[in-house]
Amino acid sequence: MATVVHSKKSCAVNPLKMSQPIGSALAYMGINNCMPLFHGSQGCTSFGLVLFVRHFKEAIPLQTTAMSEVATVLGGLDNVEQAILTIAAKQKPSIIGISSTGVTETKGDDVDGYIKLIREKHPELDHIALVYVSTPDFKDAFQDGWAKTVTKMIEQLVKPVPVDAVRNLKKVNILPGAHLTPGDLDELRDILDAFGLEAAFMPDLSGSLDGHVPQDFTPTTIGGITLEEIASLGFSGHTIAIGEQMRDAAVALEKLTHVPFTLFDRLTGLGVSDQLIALCAKLSGNAVPNKIRRQRSQLVDAMLDGHFYFGGKKIAIGAEPDLLWALGNWFTELGAEIFAAVTTTASPLLERMATEEVLIGDLEDLEAKAATCDLLVTHSHGRQAAERLKIPFYRIGIPMFDRLGAAHQTIVGYRGTRDLVFEIANMFIADAHEAHTDTWYPAMRQQEQVGVAAEAH
Amino acid sequence: MSSLSGKIQEVFNEPGCEKNQGKSDKERKKGCTKQLQPGGAAGGCAFDGAKIALQPITDVAHLVHGPIACEGNSWDNRGSKSSGSNLWRTGFTTDINETDVVFGGEKRLYKSVKEIIEKYDPPAVFVYQTCVPAMIGDDIDAVCKAASQKFGKPVIPINSPGFVGPKNLGNKLAGEAILDHVIGTEEPEYTTPYDINIIGEYNLSGELWQVKPLLDELGIRILCCISGDAKYHDVASSHRAKAAMMVCSKSMINIARKMEDRYDIPFFEGSFYGIEDSSEALREISRLLIEKGAPAELMERTEALIAREEALAWANIEPYKKRLTGKKVLLITGGVKSWSVVAALQEAGMELVGTSVKKSTKEDKERIKELMGEDAHMIDDMSPREMYKMLRDAQADIMLSGGRSQFIALKAKMPWLDINQERHHAYMGYVGMVELVKEIDKALYNPVWEQVRKRAPWDEQTWEDVADAAIAAEAAAMAADPALARDKRRATTICNCKNISRGIIEDAITEFGLTTAALVSEKTLAGTGCGSCSDKLGKIIKTIDEWNQPVAGAEPSQTQHAA
Repeated sequence: MATVVHSKKSCAVNPLKMSQPIGSALAYMGINNCMPLFHGSQGCTSFGLVLFVRHFKEAIPLQTTAMSEVATVLGGLDNVEQAILTIAAKQKPSIIGISSTGVTETKGDDVDGYIKLIREKHPELDHIALVYVSTPDFKDAFQDGWAKTVTKMIEQLVKPVPVDAVRNLKKVNILPGAHLTPGDLDELRDILDAFGLEAAFMPDLSGSLDGHVPQDFTPTTIGGITLEEIASLGFSGHTIAIGEQMRDAAVALEKLTHVPFTLFDRLTGLGVSDQLIALCAKLSGNAVPNKIRRQRSQLVDAMLDGHFYFGGKKIAIGAEPDLLWALGNWFTELGAEIFAAVTTTASPLLERMATEEVLIGDLEDLEAKAATCDLLVTHSHGRQAAERLKIPFYRIGIPMFDRLGAAHQTIVGYRGTRDLVFEIANMFIADAHEAHTDTWYPAMRQQEQVGVAAEAH
Repeated sequence: MSSLSGKIQEVFNEPGCEKNQGKSDKERKKGCTKQLQPGGAAGGCAFDGAKIALQPITDVAHLVHGPIACEGNSWDNRGSKSSGSNLWRTGFTTDINETDVVFGGEKRLYKSVKEIIEKYDPPAVFVYQTCVPAMIGDDIDAVCKAASQKFGKPVIPINSPGFVGPKNLGNKLAGEAILDHVIGTEEPEYTTPYDINIIGEYNLSGELWQVKPLLDELGIRILCCISGDAKYHDVASSHRAKAAMMVCSKSMINIARKMEDRYDIPFFEGSFYGIEDSSEALREISRLLIEKGAPAELMERTEALIAREEALAWANIEPYKKRLTGKKVLLITGGVKSWSVVAALQEAGMELVGTSVKKSTKEDKERIKELMGEDAHMIDDMSPREMYKMLRDAQADIMLSGGRSQFIALKAKMPWLDINQERHHAYMGYVGMVELVKEIDKALYNPVWEQVRKRAPWDEQTWEDVADAAIAAEAAAMAADPALARDKRRATTICNCKNISRGIIEDAITEFGLTTAALVSEKTLAGTGCGSCSDKLGKIIKTIDEWNQPVAGAEPSQTQHAA
């Protein structure tokens, strides 16, 4: 329904997009006892680190191969080797997740080859898993880096399982997209729990970056899915993938283990939540518990109470494709209009959006289109635009550095959707324009009429 | 790249840096910056440093030429404040793609400059080079020159791609860029005998405005602050100042020194952190101005203002002093802040129990020593557990730091205060000092600490108990097994640059009977990187009797010498 347009500008102004490697690093952070490592100059790591620290308000594990100019030209084998040895000795992780950057991709470092050489030379590292994903900064965007990394980890770390293997039908794999928060994962775990299903999240940010006071100090990730749990994903009864970005990962997992999957392109809204609950009922063989029935009823009531405020509202959204899809559809379902949609990277969902045009662009583009909108929806970098436009601003996505609780913002399922309805409706209510004496006959219009009259003379 | 490497050499040869002048030619060539260790490095790159240094110039369009990572992951994240334009907070990047990497990004850069000038009409565009375009050979100097001629506007190349070194080097390369292309290119509308430059101040949280009213009152004009709340025109005409104050330790010494050379602007190094430092800085500014021809009565007025402001500040601090005296502060920070905050805290009666010197230059460390006495704990690199242990042993009541160590303090349920550049409070001058004391008091006495330290009713032991037990077990194991303690001691890395463990150094000392740090460096390569560990080497030699005792059951292991 929508035309997908690529920005014609040479210069990106107020970027919406973030780079692939940091999406990749975030995926690694959902693995227990992991140290993500960027193969690049130390600034690549430092920027990503600061971004996540400011978003999650947590210490973030992320290391660098610290490529100098000379090392970059000569190739980074020594740096990769030394980084792995240093991390192995200092942080003692179970897995080191390596992502390339623009610098090392421009040189063309063959990191897979390096890892082979390092493996041969250092048998003492055999107990540490080494995963490498190619994520050049000058291609694709954040959610692509996340998706590629999950796919690569599945291909490398999951144990292949034959078709006729005995499986634990109560166990469900969940492959969440990069747009899901730890709060979203917790909500999904609760839902599956209510059906007696056990959820295995790959990756699992809900244990590692959900903002809690940990039991012990570790310099690597805390919480997250363990390597053993990843290896045994093939013995689950079903896989649920969330977000179109996770299709490749779900297919890879199915190919390897024959676990069938269901892909939800979104989980915000009544209809899609119904589908999820129906699937859970089917997988578990249990009736829908009362708690969930009540939650559905609450969402229906919230939609009835809230729709007055959404109807006819013009919304400007800047988000990565899967988040844009989830929010855009949900706004449309409540009667609002997606007036401006800007995203970061290609996705098959974009042309199916219920809007005229989806622009792969930046926040300058979004700001230009949002002037007549009632609400601006994007990550924290939209704050300057919202200030200039003087319209309400709902922060969602990464980074959210000027508000607390980013990890717990929950928009999936009946409960998540219900709370989102209230939150946004309240923003509209707070921004309601009260009538003034000249609301319907503004002074300007009168002047215009006077002007027309004067000209006529 | 030849001009860039020339620039880097020039920066390394900085004659204004006393430390540098003490080095041999060969040493100097290596530069003053620590070599980075793969897998063990933290901190920003040279591009980051250059951007930090210049981005506070408010009306300039700062254009980053590179892939999305360099600007997309980091824009609008600095706490500088502007009294005018907000253009500096707009993120501009060429966001180069695969095609640009193959065919070159110069055309895109040129067009980007054009778009910016057409849409935003800034007085100047600063173009920041990054690693990828530097590798593929994009000549930003040439593009800037062409764009400048075509559009009749200064387009300034800032040649400091990330991989040439750390942040600190980037600060200096940024300084070189404005020395070469900006300073001295315009004239101020008028000059006065009271015109000064403040160099190396970024106006974080608007802290410059905690001092500026005092200067205004004295009739002293900040002709240009490089670079907090500066406008392009201020920087371009800053060569007409009569005197300068250099604030941020060494990060922009090249600007201060070269402006002295080229334009005869004398400078001093000072700080507005802390009451005494502020007074000293004001006196020094007035002294230099008088030397350069301002009327001598300026000093009288300065002294009167100092007396008034000091009295006021002390009176405002007094109510807090009682509550804060004897409180112990753990200060974890780098560079200028290490030494400038120390003085401030001591004025409030607080005691310092340690300071991390990860990012500090050697001069910074010397200064801390001078301020805090020889006993100052110098904590180079603390692991989370060590940090917890330090806090737990009641050696600290509050931690002041920036960045990620904040979360370790908070998880250890320890009062914490942000003194990094993302902080939201301004701590400069007399009012800033009062502000800092107020904030420390607020953090220390918040009732939340008592609540969060309580265990849950059903918990048998808290995580603190677990950590305590682990620390105790480790200590007991060491005490019971001297060989283990010895191995642990020997495994500590002494020289981070060359990755040399203490064991290697101990073995070299005993085997060859080495008596000086220089000899140890010669044999083991330890201390031949940045040189900051030479004190440690000396200490190891001095304490030979303590560690060189036979340990039962322990073979002298790990005798592999560095080649």
